[in-house]
Amino acid sequence: MGFFKLGTMTLKGAFGKPVTRMYPQVKREPFAYTKGHVVCDIEACISCGICERTCPTHAIKVDKADRTWSIHPFDCIQCSSCVRVCPKQCLTMDNRYTSASTAKQMHLYRKHPLSKAEIEEQAKRDAERAERIAKAKAAAAGKKATGA
Amino acid sequence: MGKRTVIPFGPQHPVLPEPVHLDLVMEDERVVEAIPRIGFIHRGLEKLVEKKDYMQFVYVTERICGICSFGHSLGYSQTIETLMGIEVPKRAEYLRVIWHELSRIHSHLLWLGLTADGFGYESLFMHCWRLRERVLDIFEQTTGGRVILSATNVGGVNRDIPDAELAGICTVLDGMETDYRQLSGAFLGDSSVNNRLRGVGVLTKEDALDLCIVGPFQRASGVSEDIRLLGLGAYGDLADFVPVIGDEGDCYARVKVRIEEVLQSIAIIKELASKIPDGPIMEQVKGNPEAGREATSRLEQPRGECFYFARGNGTKFLDRMRIRTPTSQNLAGMTKILQGIDLADVPMVILTIDPCISCTER
Ligand code: SF4
Ligand code: SF4
Repeated sequence: MGFFKLGTMTLKGAFGKPVTRMYPQVKREPFAYTKGHVVCDIEACISCGICERTCPTHAIKVDKADRTWSIHPFDCIQCSSCVRVCPKQCLTMDNRYTSASTAKQMHLYRKHPLSKAEIEEQAKRDAERAERIAKAKAAAAGKKATGA
Repeated sequence: MGKRTVIPFGPQHPVLPEPVHLDLVMEDERVVEAIPRIGFIHRGLEKLVEKKDYMQFVYVTERICGICSFGHSLGYSQTIETLMGIEVPKRAEYLRVIWHELSRIHSHLLWLGLTADGFGYESLFMHCWRLRERVLDIFEQTTGGRVILSATNVGGVNRDIPDAELAGICTVLDGMETDYRQLSGAFLGDSSVNNRLRGVGVLTKEDALDLCIVGPFQRASGVSEDIRLLGLGAYGDLADFVPVIGDEGDCYARVKVRIEEVLQSIAIIKELASKIPDGPIMEQVKGNPEAGREATSRLEQPRGECFYFARGNGTKFLDRMRIRTPTSQNLAGMTKILQGIDLADVPMVILTIDPCISCTER
């Protein structure tokens, strides 16, 4: 029993370095692994949509036709699921928090606009793909017919 | 018999961080009866299993409560692993227990601070929370989050703690222990604290057993029960585990039990960090829980035993998820010990059972 049990601690508090910081003049450095916010390397993204389907809060929208990837920072809970599942590793978790925002809006990433040559190449690839699918379908139907 | 008055206590009250309402039936200064009312923060999280698939739901369980957050995600993951017959890698089990014990330290320190604040010892409150900050820093360093960790998942853990970082954690804990022992000296040895806590709100061992009280509340009344004794996960690899028991059953005993549990947790973390095996941290999860299959799991949360139940329905959504949290058990004991005490002691009694209303109402 007794009084003043916190003696040394209190004296340390009175004469030692303060444990708090003078924010915002002095900012705290985040750890390397701190979950701040998700960033997307949009040029590497293949718009597969896996991140969109995995996200527990539906914060991500992937638009293949529009060539965009967007995230709602207010919905995102920094769970890192999307970062883990992305097949292209184009999502990363930045260790800084986003600054305060005045409006709730999506954060949009847009791929570079396609040049004429790229559009043509894309069309060619799409046509080839459609052909391949049609062939495969026909082959499958044929197999079924012979099998049956 | 004097005239009876009813004094409402809460849902907004300086000593309560969370909303619970009590109607205190008073006779002069004495409480004759306490009638609790809950339901102010019911969010229907258990119902949400119908909307979030079983892999996403772990992030929902984490949000049941901000203090036992890691415990809930761990309990849920354990249940689903039992349901689907998934074997968790050994290293993941160790990491889970390390984080869970760190959560216990942070929960108990938070509670000790609130208790100190409750009996008007402001500087003690600040010192407790200053120490707690170091645990939160460990969390941030190892999982990226300070309160909601998103560290565990069905099948294992999301991030490994490299051995160098584990050694760093042990060093931080060593430093903390020195400070912490001084703090506990103030809690257990200071005469003003003793005057406030000794002999207040006594729960006998018989009552504790009758009312199925769990956790430190029960152990302070001399019941030797702790789910960690079952040796689930890495707890089974501990050389020795003896629950901390008090015998008086009063507020002082409850403070003492929790104070010693922090030291015990530090010892557990250090032991596991020295023994942790190498290996993978995540087991691939394939398929969905079988229709009609049920699984249960138990976990010792900072506030006591938590029970989880899950039933699959063949799809990626669960049929049912049910969680019985420690405070929903302990409220019965609280109303019991509130009978017959002075009005001025009511805040102390409520605080020392460490109520977690977010857990209770989910
Ligand atoms: S998972 Fe990766 S590649 Fe696929 S849409 Fe998302 S960001 Fe793009
Ligand atoms: S971090 Fe989680 S919540 Fe945020 S966008 Fe990715 S999956 Fe969604």
